[in-house]
Amino acid sequence: MATKVLDITNEHCPMTFVKTKIELSKLQPGDILEVLLAEGEPLDNVPRNAKEQGYNVLSVEHVEGTTHKVTIKK
Amino acid sequence: MAETKKLSIIAFSGDFDKLTAVFTLGTGAAAVGYEVNIFFTFWGLDAIKKKHGRSFTGGNWLTKIFGFMMGGLKVTPTSRFNFLGAGPRIFRGLMRKNNVATLEELVDAAKVLGINFYACEMAMHVLGLKKEDFIPEVKDVLGVASFLKLSDGGETLFI
Repeated sequence: MATKVLDITNEHCPMTFVKTKIELSKLQPGDILEVLLAEGEPLDNVPRNAKEQGYNVLSVEHVEGTTHKVTIKK
Repeated sequence: MAETKKLSIIAFSGDFDKLTAVFTLGTGAAAVGYEVNIFFTFWGLDAIKKKHGRSFTGGNWLTKIFGFMMGGLKVTPTSRFNFLGAGPRIFRGLMRKNNVATLEELVDAAKVLGINFYACEMAMHVLGLKKEDFIPEVKDVLGVASFLKLSDGGETLFI
């Protein structure tokens, strides 16, 4: 089981979802993806979309400032 | 998992800004689980040409000149503020500076996400283009009836 970190704090729509989706597709079942993202659109939608696509969103934590960490299990 | 949703886009324009809209919507939709089809027709065919610059693709002298004038992805003009071809370069610079994906990055993402690319048979015929003139990701050459069948049950946009 591997854990990968993806930083999309500097990305904008649609690359926030696109990069998350591409990284998730590369993982093996059981692997973890930690996504660092900004408040607003990415924070509102990345966890929701991951859930909708059948992934397990383990946690959403505040890191610092406007940065949050979403932990997703494939 | 919810039922797969579908977005089909008719990419008619060969303008840099409008193609950016096509690929932004397409990649965004694919990333959130939509099945995405893009049907390239007329000027929109410039986006899927193998040669990104200008080249004399076409059947006869007239379509070869058209092919050169239309060019590929790298030489698409902006619909406004084109400034004799400088516009796209300015916008690419602005996009890079503001960490927004450029048209080329969006096209690459569309390929990775497995978006279905289709080329319009009729427009190809008029412009003297062959399937070999396009990038290998172009899945098929279609007409209106096939596109309607493909897009049935989903949302369709004309850009």
